[in-house]
Amino acid sequence: MTLALIVLLPFLGSLCAACLPASARNAEAWLAGIVATGCAALAASLFPEIAAGHVVRLSIPWLPQAGLELYLRMDGYAWLFTLLVSVMGALVVLYARYYMSPRDPVPRFFSFLMAFMGSMLGIVLSGNLIQLVVFWELTSITSFMLIAYWYHRPEARHGARMAAIVTGGGGLSLLLAVLMLGQIVGSYSLDDVLAAGDLIRAHRWYPAMLVLLAAAVLTKSAQFPFHFWLPHAMAAPTPVSAYLHSATMVKAGVFLLARLWPALAGTELWFWLICGGGAASLLLGAASATFQRDMKAVLAYSTVSHLGLITMLLGMNSELALIAAVFHMMNHATFKASLFMATGIVDHETGTRDLSRLSGLRHAMPLTATVAFVAAGAMAGVPLLNGFLSKEMFFTESLQAGGTGGLGIALPALAGLAGVFSVAYSLRFIHQVFFGPPATALPRTPREPTRGMLLPSALLVLGCLLIGMLPERTVGGALAIAAHALLGDRLPDYRLAIWHGFTASLLMSFVALAGGTALYVVLYVRGRALRRTPLISRLSGKRGFDVLNVTIFRGARRFVRTAFSQRLQVQLLLIVGAAAVAALLPLWRGGLAFGDAPLTPLDPTFAMLWLAGAICAVGAAVQAKFHRLMALIMVGCVGLVTSLTFAWFSAPDLALTQLTVEVITTVLILLGLRWLPRRIQFQEPLRHTLRARLRRSRDAAFAIAIGVGMAALAFAMLTRPGASRLGPFFLQNALEPAGGRNVVNVILVDFRAFDTLGEITVVGIVALVVYALLRRFRPAAESIDVPRAQREGLIGGGAHADPRALLPEGDLKIPAVLGRLLLPLAALVSVYFLLRGHDAPGGGFVGGLILATAMIVQYMVGGALWVESRLRIHPQVWIALGLLAAVAAGLAAWFAARPFLTAQVLELHAPLIGTVHLSSVLLFDLGVYLLVVGAALLMLVALAHQSLRSPRRELPGAVDGAAL
Amino acid sequence: MEVVFALAVGVLSASGVWLVLRPRTFQVLMGFVLLSQATNLFVFGMGRLARHRAPILDGRTPAADLSLYADPVPQALVLTAIVIGFATTALFLVVLLALRGLTGTDHVDGRESDA
Repeated sequence: MTLALIVLLPFLGSLCAACLPASARNAEAWLAGIVATGCAALAASLFPEIAAGHVVRLSIPWLPQAGLELYLRMDGYAWLFTLLVSVMGALVVLYARYYMSPRDPVPRFFSFLMAFMGSMLGIVLSGNLIQLVVFWELTSITSFMLIAYWYHRPEARHGARMAAIVTGGGGLSLLLAVLMLGQIVGSYSLDDVLAAGDLIRAHRWYPAMLVLLAAAVLTKSAQFPFHFWLPHAMAAPTPVSAYLHSATMVKAGVFLLARLWPALAGTELWFWLICGGGAASLLLGAASATFQRDMKAVLAYSTVSHLGLITMLLGMNSELALIAAVFHMMNHATFKASLFMATGIVDHETGTRDLSRLSGLRHAMPLTATVAFVAAGAMAGVPLLNGFLSKEMFFTESLQAGGTGGLGIALPALAGLAGVFSVAYSLRFIHQVFFGPPATALPRTPREPTRGMLLPSALLVLGCLLIGMLPERTVGGALAIAAHALLGDRLPDYRLAIWHGFTASLLMSFVALAGGTALYVVLYVRGRALRRTPLISRLSGKRGFDVLNVTIFRGARRFVRTAFSQRLQVQLLLIVGAAAVAALLPLWRGGLAFGDAPLTPLDPTFAMLWLAGAICAVGAAVQAKFHRLMALIMVGCVGLVTSLTFAWFSAPDLALTQLTVEVITTVLILLGLRWLPRRIQFQEPLRHTLRARLRRSRDAAFAIAIGVGMAALAFAMLTRPGASRLGPFFLQNALEPAGGRNVVNVILVDFRAFDTLGEITVVGIVALVVYALLRRFRPAAESIDVPRAQREGLIGGGAHADPRALLPEGDLKIPAVLGRLLLPLAALVSVYFLLRGHDAPGGGFVGGLILATAMIVQYMVGGALWVESRLRIHPQVWIALGLLAAVAAGLAAWFAARPFLTAQVLELHAPLIGTVHLSSVLLFDLGVYLLVVGAALLMLVALAHQSLRSPRRELPGAVDGAAL
Repeated sequence: MEVVFALAVGVLSASGVWLVLRPRTFQVLMGFVLLSQATNLFVFGMGRLARHRAPILDGRTPAADLSLYADPVPQALVLTAIVIGFATTALFLVVLLALRGLTGTDHVDGRESDA
């Protein structure tokens, strides 16, 4: 429970922070501070259990079949990191309170900061690898948001994008690696993976998985060759750099490496990949840091270098190196975060971070200078500070890891060289900023910052000192717990001490100190502020990244230019063509052979029916341009023929539905025809240019080819024996247990009711969209006038009929009487179809469409005003009721503890009537019915109402005549 | 019968594709209606053509026998397809009208093409 709280608390805080007003700087800081210290306190409260060597677990199963669960797991190592993340968080929050300017929108800052804290804690506490990937991605996203916090600055946007792409790519790679790992082990649980080390290392997927994992880890921890994103991420506010990009997020990579170390390490490949990447970063980072001008850039490259040191330690395949790595993760977090904070203070108080402009600040800000001085000493590895301890452990390990060959000389040499550079840049950082003559011409006059800003940095430096002088007393216990959690029985003997005697590593430390000082003196005396690092400045993945970026964008643009056209006709041609190609591909090998199933004897009536249908279809194709009404009638005829075909071939439900839909569609399009332009104006410039003719013949050939193909495909299919395995199942189960004779209807409202629910939702949404679109409808100028037939009184009724008249006047009087008589009958028929749907052709769709047709007949003969003065229909209410009824029918199953939409039967014994058999299926079908009525009416009425809207003449002298 | 059915699917598809590729919105609308009917018929044909074998059980004959009842699955699929097709047609019609009102033309691209 405590574990869940530790992860949840920051996310809840993030939500709260997002809701606070923009000026609530103090409230935000208090909130974030309480959340961070709360997490730390919760973690601390678990200390007794952790110290006893227990693992605290919380598991909430989700999809156990797929190995997915919410699994939080805290052992000693996770405990140490939890404490690091939350304590650092608290200090950074305090610092940020004073660092952020009142003009900055702080809710966004604190909200994302806390979300990041939650995600980072999620990584640390994940006991399930998939879950870990999710939190890993969350840290990438929050980091993106925080780097881009000042999004008006181009470098912030650029840096954020770069970080997001690099770490996001790493996240994908991690997901792949984790999936492979899960497949190898057979479980995504961390416990199982850690227990299956031998299996994993022996598996043939191990190399591929390890490369993917290394890519993920090296991107996240800004290691060579992916390190280039970290310096660009320095565009973030300094608290973010201190927290995410030195203390915690970039540690996620090395955290995971150490986490999986017991299961994955110990192979040659591991050594070369991890140790190699770390060594390259260690040296490159240290050398580059020496030549930077921006204080934050120095720290960024130094972070790359120190993370390289940790990675290298992890790659050495030695238990002692692993302990040293964990120790250095802690030490680096303390001194680097305090240095970032000091940099932020300098930036805040002087207005610049440029090393070549800053000088002699120790006079104006002695406290800051002291703090930074000590922290930089720890970074350089000066004795009596914590950096010295872990660095010496590193030197010791580097002497042993290489063995006796050339590697045995190369590794210590490389470590020593990096140590030299690290001393040089630390010295430069302190000397140029705080020593020398007081700087002139700074943007602001430097002075000591407020105490709140200095306090977090000072506390961290105090930590550096205490750990450095009394390692065993301060962190010895915690480190032992973490090491024990990682290594268990393999835990070797080690001793945290300042003095190990005169050893080779001590000698290396002093050589590094002396060499670094000498290097700095040489560089300083030469006095050239080198703009770029000699030799190695081009050695970075950034070039590759940029080239890749540009290539992808160019390629995409070129592809769009060639494959995309603004013109719909071209697009449709491409789509249909692609579909045709997709259909042809499977035929490439075998060709299309017709089957040999016996043909059913030809019925001349049916042939005649389709002769008429074909004539209508072709006629519609030819006539749709100039004779729309004719085309519509012919398409309606095709619909009728289709409907008859359904009836012919044993599909009464389809026939009914097709018939009713055809009626409604035709009415709908008829209503729409009124607003289309007259065709005459386009008849005159009939430009049968060669190009147009070519295009038409191309389209015709294409259409015919498609038609022939479809016919051949249909014939090939029809002449093969049917092999439906689903059909018999539904037939078998329709009557018992589903309790319906009409199998099609049973499928729709019972077996596949979820599909139907989705479908009616779509229909409802479409109706609302149609309504919404028509609300803002602006008819074209020349179709505003009342149609000629109505204007000259040739037909009565219509949209403008007098609503007070008993019956509409004019030719439609008798149809109106009949139509009114029809309404109750049609309603009755529709309910009849609805009720019998489960056992005989019918159902909610058909019933609903029948009622909608009857209603629309009223509109057609009476006119909208006349009908609505007598009968108020609220189609939206029908839609809502329909959806509610369908969902209620689904929910009813819950009361019987069955899954959603399971059919429920209720037997009611009523006096006089006898037993009433009620089923939730009927309620569901009623929902379909109501919704279909509502949707069809809403669309039709919305369209019909267009002619009622006061005609706004946009062009007074517009064409005077009928639109139709 | 199979030949007629297959030809019907072919003719509807050809007319539909031809219309879909035409420049006027109304033509495209009609094209979609025809094309969806062709598709519906095709999917329906997946259950093979059966006379007098509506999948409505009488409770006496053995149910799970496709020689006695037509396959209900394609029918259920097509029934939903018909209704969704109606919704799509309605939506397309309104978009067509809105396009016409906003651009003053019924060309699919919102302006007369140059060619």
